[in-house]
Amino acid sequence: MAMTGVLRPGHAQLRVLDLEESVKWYTDVMGLVPMGRDKQGRAYFKTRAERDHNSIILRQADQAGIDFFAFKVLDKTTLEDFDRKLNAYGVKTERIPAGELLGTGERVRFKIPTGHTIELYAEKKDVGNGMGYNDPEVDVLSGPGIRPIRMDHALLYGADLDGSTKLFTEVLGFTLVERVKMEDGKTDLAVWLTCSAKAHDLAMVRHAEDDKLHHVSFQLQSWEGVLRAADIMSINRVSIDMGPTRHGITQGTTIYFFEPSGNRLETFSGGYDHYPDMHPITWSWEEVGRSIFYHDRKLNDAFLGVVT
Amino acid sequence: MASYRTITIAETCESYRCLQERSVLEGMEALGRKGIPVGCRRGGCGVCKVQVIEGQFTKRVMSRAHVSAEEEASGCVLSCCIRPSSDLRLRIVGAMKKNVCHSPAMAAL
Ligand code: FES
Ligand SMILES: [Fe+2]
Repeated sequence: MAMTGVLRPGHAQLRVLDLEESVKWYTDVMGLVPMGRDKQGRAYFKTRAERDHNSIILRQADQAGIDFFAFKVLDKTTLEDFDRKLNAYGVKTERIPAGELLGTGERVRFKIPTGHTIELYAEKKDVGNGMGYNDPEVDVLSGPGIRPIRMDHALLYGADLDGSTKLFTEVLGFTLVERVKMEDGKTDLAVWLTCSAKAHDLAMVRHAEDDKLHHVSFQLQSWEGVLRAADIMSINRVSIDMGPTRHGITQGTTIYFFEPSGNRLETFSGGYDHYPDMHPITWSWEEVGRSIFYHDRKLNDAFLGVVT
Repeated sequence: MASYRTITIAETCESYRCLQERSVLEGMEALGRKGIPVGCRRGGCGVCKVQVIEGQFTKRVMSRAHVSAEEEASGCVLSCCIRPSSDLRLRIVGAMKKNVCHSPAMAAL
């Protein structure tokens, strides 16, 4: 679809077991910019290149995982429109007042069939990327930490994959880009969806337990940048799950790794552009290994079993 | 100087050495064998759950989704979150059990 409606992933709120340790890690190792804390004590971050106030919010909790994942929509009229469409589709929505999250306008919150809490919002404070809007220089992204370009997408796990896919495609205007079939050749094991011209803005895997997070992903400039990220991870003894390698699906290069509370993150680069007229790509169960990890050509134990 | 502790798995009486400053899970991982379902190594995913039945250890914070306060008090912990301060005897619980206790490689230890 043209860039109206849902624009892009906007923010993810993650639960962490030790907030201070996590704030230090997201600042020094991920190289995100701390954007302050709110009255509840939640810590806010954005990447240096992001213009909106925040994209990652950390909440101290006694278990890891994701509280909610949000998408920015074009404007307030679009937000009202989606709220109505969701209700008409039978999805209950809740309004979270502007300012409940720092720098963020009113949010429409709802649960999807896989149990995850999703939010839509139209406004987040434009704090800029530090380069200004007139005659800017290039940001060479020097300095410590991985310093990704943006928070890019998430992979969520839950049981009613078909229900969530239907909601995103039929109500929110997402397009199916790729999918993996199960052994029966019919049932979807996983789907990759986009609301833009990216290869994916959201992916989901069928899983016995609802409301689980596989990863939140950050975009890097290049394959060279992926190797640089891997070096930084080793220097800092970050727990690496897989990579650097390539995904068959989206064809992006990737590292899966874990932040200090065991939530999986990804840094990736590349992937092709997708337009809504393009035929979705289907992977068979027999080739699932190559679809996820193109070079190993098999899944690791953690891909289907380790989530928060 | 590197200081090792001996970790014994009660079900099989097999043991391995673990550096005192490494997690019990890292020690097991260092054996380089297949079948140990290593997850996040950071106390979030719960796949590495064990019950310590003998010995002292230090621990870091772990997810309550996988270890309740009562369990933690009784030595039921995530092996990626504990470091041995003495030799340990432990039982494997949770997702690791079938791999560790029934893998032919473990028998060859
Ligand atoms: S490996 Fe994830 S909790 Fe220990
Ligand atoms: Fe991803």
